[in-house]
Amino acid sequence: MSTTAVTAATGPKSESAKNRELIAFAVMIGIGLVAPIAIYPVFLMKVLCFALFACAFNLLIGYVGLLSFGHAMFFGLAAYVSGYSVKAWGFSPELGILYGTACGAVLGLVTGLLAIRRQGIYFAMVTLALSQMVFFYCLQAKFTGGEDGIQAIPRRPLFGIINIQNDLTFYYVVLAIFAAGFLVIWRTVNSPFGQVLKAIRENEPRAISLGYRVDHYKLLAFVLSAALAGMAGATKALVFQLASLTDVAWQMSGEVVLMTLVGGMGTIFGPVIGAAVIITMQNYLAGFGEWVLVIQGFIFVVVVLAFRKGIVGEIQAWWERRATKA
Amino acid sequence: MRFKNLLATTAAVLAAGAANAQMSDGVIKIGVMNDQSGLYADVSGPGGTWAAKKAVEDYGAAAKGLKVEVVFADHQNKPDIGSNVARQWYDVDKVDVIVDVPTSSVALAINQITKEKNKVFLGSGPATADLTGPACTPNTVHWTYDTWALANGTGKAIVETGGKSWFFLTADYAFGHALERDTKAVVEANGGKVVGAVRTPFPGTDFSSFLLQAQASKAQIVGLANAGGDTINSIKQASEFGIVEGGQKLAGMLMFDTDIHALGLKTAQGLNFTTAWYWDANDNNRAFAKDFSAANGGKYPTMVHAGIYSSVIHYLKAVEALKSDADGAKVVAKMKEMPTDDKLFGKGTIREDGRHMHDMYLVEVKKPAESKKPWDYLTIKKTIPAAQAFRPLADGNCPLVKKS
Amino acid sequence: MLFELIGIPPQALFGQLLLGLINGAFYAMMSLGLAVIFGLLNVINFTHGAQYMMGAFAAWMLLEWAGVPYWGALILAPLIVGATGVVMEKLLLKRLYHLDHLYGLLLTFGLALMIEGFFRKQFGSSGLPYANPLPGGTRLDFMFLPNYRAWIVIASLVICFGTWYMIERTKLGSYLRAATERPDLVQAFGINVPRMITLTYGFGVGLAALAGVLAAPAYNVSPLMGSNLIIIVFAVVVIGGMGSILGAIITGFALGIIEGLTKVFYPEASNTVIFIVMAIVLMVKPAGLFGTPK
Repeated sequence: MSTTAVTAATGPKSESAKNRELIAFAVMIGIGLVAPIAIYPVFLMKVLCFALFACAFNLLIGYVGLLSFGHAMFFGLAAYVSGYSVKAWGFSPELGILYGTACGAVLGLVTGLLAIRRQGIYFAMVTLALSQMVFFYCLQAKFTGGEDGIQAIPRRPLFGIINIQNDLTFYYVVLAIFAAGFLVIWRTVNSPFGQVLKAIRENEPRAISLGYRVDHYKLLAFVLSAALAGMAGATKALVFQLASLTDVAWQMSGEVVLMTLVGGMGTIFGPVIGAAVIITMQNYLAGFGEWVLVIQGFIFVVVVLAFRKGIVGEIQAWWERRATKA
Repeated sequence: MRFKNLLATTAAVLAAGAANAQMSDGVIKIGVMNDQSGLYADVSGPGGTWAAKKAVEDYGAAAKGLKVEVVFADHQNKPDIGSNVARQWYDVDKVDVIVDVPTSSVALAINQITKEKNKVFLGSGPATADLTGPACTPNTVHWTYDTWALANGTGKAIVETGGKSWFFLTADYAFGHALERDTKAVVEANGGKVVGAVRTPFPGTDFSSFLLQAQASKAQIVGLANAGGDTINSIKQASEFGIVEGGQKLAGMLMFDTDIHALGLKTAQGLNFTTAWYWDANDNNRAFAKDFSAANGGKYPTMVHAGIYSSVIHYLKAVEALKSDADGAKVVAKMKEMPTDDKLFGKGTIREDGRHMHDMYLVEVKKPAESKKPWDYLTIKKTIPAAQAFRPLADGNCPLVKKS
Repeated sequence: MLFELIGIPPQALFGQLLLGLINGAFYAMMSLGLAVIFGLLNVINFTHGAQYMMGAFAAWMLLEWAGVPYWGALILAPLIVGATGVVMEKLLLKRLYHLDHLYGLLLTFGLALMIEGFFRKQFGSSGLPYANPLPGGTRLDFMFLPNYRAWIVIASLVICFGTWYMIERTKLGSYLRAATERPDLVQAFGINVPRMITLTYGFGVGLAALAGVLAAPAYNVSPLMGSNLIIIVFAVVVIGGMGSILGAIITGFALGIIEGLTKVFYPEASNTVIFIVMAIVLMVKPAGLFGTPK
C-alpha cells in the first residue's frame, strides 16, 4: 500500500520558501518569548513539550510516510529515565535531559531495526506491539514506581548556576530546547538527506533502484524521531516534576497522531499548531467533564472528513490557490 | 445543568457581599478535583462538587461574611493531569484548598504540590495510607478512609469469625499491592495465614482464571485487593464459577455503595466490608442522602461524598477562627487543634500526621428480600471505634511525628 | 517455566485451557468482524470496540426498558447496532474509500471516542448489572463449568463457522470476495456493489454487537468494556493476517489459550503476551499467519 495520500505533496523547496519558513520560525519564537506575559508559563511549557513531540512524530509520518502508533514509548521511557536519573542519581537537569534523549535514541535504534522492515498498517502495528511491551516493562520495573510514577523530581540549577525553580525562568529554557529540536528537524527536512526521505515516501521502489540504501535512511530518520521524542518526554518530566504511565500508554501515541493530524501532516509548523490547539482544548474543556472525549472524537471526525490537510496544510493550500489565481 | 450550577455559585458569591479583607484575594476558593467521567466518577465525581457546595451552603458562609467559591476539575485518574490542574489552580486561579482527589497516584502528586505552594489538601477520595505515612505533610488532611483502616476493619473481623486462611486477588499496581500488604499484616497478626496471591493485570475484565487459582488454593477467604470495575467483575464471576457455593468466602477490601448497586444484591449479598459512612445509618445521613439524590439524578451518596462535605465544613471553621486562609500550614494546624464536629461524621479529631480520626463500620450486604427501599443495601454489623480503626501514630513513619 | 509446569496439577491446567478457550471465543468473534470489514472494505474499524459495547448496552436497554429477555436481545441487539453501522457507513465511511487506509482508521478512532464519551455521560462508568440467563453449571472433573460459559463457546463456534461458510462457500460470499478484487467488473455484472459493501459493514458491526450481547451477562455492562478489548483484538487480527477470515477465527481461539496459560505462569504479563506474539509473528511472517502478502 502507498502512503502518498497521507501528506501534502511537497517538492524540493526554493530558497525563498526556505526563507519564508525561517521568518515564520522567528515569528513563532518571538511569540514564544512574549507569551508568558499573558499566559501561564507551566501551560506554555506543556504546549512546547508536546509540540516538540508532535514535530518528532511528524518527521516520520510527514516526511517518510511511516505511521508510528507507538511513539509514546520514546516519550514515556525518556521521561522515566531522566526523572529517575535526576531524582535518584542527582543528575543536573541538562544531563538528565541528555540522558533521556540518548535513551530515546537507543530504544529507537533497537525498535527501529525491527519496525522499519514493515510498511503501512503493519509498521503501525509493530510499533504498537513494541510500545505495549515497553509499557509493560515500565509497569513492572521497580524504578518507575508503578502507577504512582516518579514524583517530586527536583529542579536543580541548570549548569549549576541558573535557578529553574521559578516557572518563568524554566519556561525560557524549555523554549530554547524546543527551538533547538525544531531547528534540527527543519534542517533535516531541508537537507539532501531529507530529500531522499521524501523520495522514499513518494516512491520507495524507485528510490531503491536509484541505488539508495532505503533501510539506512529510514532507520536514521526513525532514530532521530525517537531521540527528539525522548527529548520532549525528558523535558516534560522536569516541567511537571513527574513521570507516569500516562506518558507511555498507547493513548498517548493516539494523542500525538491527533495533534499532527489537526495541525497538518507533513507541514513543518503543523504539529506545533496542532499541539497548541489540542492542549488548549484539553485544558479549557476540562470543566465539561464527560464531554471532552466526545468533543475530541468529533474533531477527529471533522478533520478526517473535511480538513485532511490539517490547519496549516489547509492554509497553505488556500494560499497557493490564491497565488495561482492571481 | 453544570452551567446552571456555575451560575448559582457565582450568584451565591456575589450575594455574599462584603469581602473579608483578611482572605487572600478576598475569596476562599475551594477546588474539587476528582474523576468526573472515568472509573471513579460514581464514587465521587460530579456528586463531590455538589457535596462541597452543600457544605458551604449549610455552613452559612454567606451569612458569616465569608466569600466562598467552589470550582471543580477532572483529573481523569492521571497524576500528570492532576498536577497540571493543581499548579494552575494554585498559581493562576487563586484556589486555596483542593478537596477529594480519589486515585492514590494523583493524590500523592497533589499532596506534594500543595506542600510546595503552602496551600491545603483535604483528601476524601484517596485510599493510600502513605498520605499520613512517609508522604505526610503539614498541609494535608486525610479525611475519610485509607488502605490500613479497610484492611484492619475487614481483615480482623473475618479472621475473628473463623476465616483463617486467605488467598489474594491483587490488582497489579501500587494501590493493590498496598491493600494486600496491609491486609496480610492484619491477618497474620490475628492468627490467620495467607496461602497465596495472584497479581492480576489492571484493569482486567476476565478474572475466571485467577478465581480458579484461588479455588485450587483451598483458602477459606478470597481477598479482593482491587477496586471499582475489577472488584465488580471478580465478584460477579466468583458467583458464576461457584466459588461461594464451593464454601469459600469473598472479602472485598475497598467497596462503595455504588459497587453494590452495579452488582445487584443477588450477586453481592453476604459480602462483608468496611466503610466510613453509610447513608441509612441515622436521620442526619438520610436527610443528606435525600438532598443528594434529588440533585444527582437518583444516585445515593458514598462515604467519599460525605467526607468531602465534612472536611469542607471543618476547613471553613478553621479559616473563620483564623480569619485568614493565606497560610495553608497554619490553617491545617488550626484544623488539627480544633475538634471536628459535623452532622455527617459526628465528633472527631485530626491527628498530628493529618489523619482524621472517626469511627469506621463493618457492614454486610443485605439479601434481596431484606432490601425495602432504593439503595437499601447494607446492615451495620459492628462499629470500630476511632482509636482502633486507624493505624497507630507510631507505625506510620510520618516525618512530622517525633519519635519518642 | 518447566519447573512451574511440573508444579501445576494437570487438572488445574485443563481448567485454565478451557477458560482460555472461552476468552478466545470473544477474541474470535470480535476479530472475525474486523477481518470481514477489513477484507471487503479495506477499513480498519477502530469503532469495533465501541460497537461491541453498544451491543451489550442494547441488550441491557432492551431488557430494562422494553422487557425483551436475553434471547430476544441476542437477535434484536445486533440488528439495531448493525443498523447504526449501516448509517455510519452511508454517511461517513463511504467518503473515505478512495483514500489511504489510515484515514479510515483515524475516522473510526474519532467515532469510537465519541460513542464511548456519550455512553459514559449517560450511564456513568461503574457499569450496570445484567442477570445471567443460564445460571448454574456442570461440575467437571477438573473444574466447575458455568452453563453460560459453555454456551458462549458453542455460540461462538457456530457463528464463526457460519460466517466462514457463508463467505468462502456460498454464492453470496463469492460475489463479496469478487467485489473486493474487482469492484468495477462485479458492478458490470449488474450487482449493486456499494449496497453490498454497506451491508457487509453492517454485518461486521452486528457481529461485534452480538459478541457484546454474549458478554453482557458474563462481564459488567460498562462503557469502558470496548476500549479495554479493542487493542487486543487488533493484535489478534494482525497476527491472523489482516482480512483473513479463517486466520481471525483460529488466532482468536489460539491466543485465548495462550493468554490463559500466561495467567497461570506469569499473570502480570497476561495483558502483554499477545503483543509479544504479534511482534514475533510480524517479524517472521509479515502478512500474519494466514494472510497473503499483497
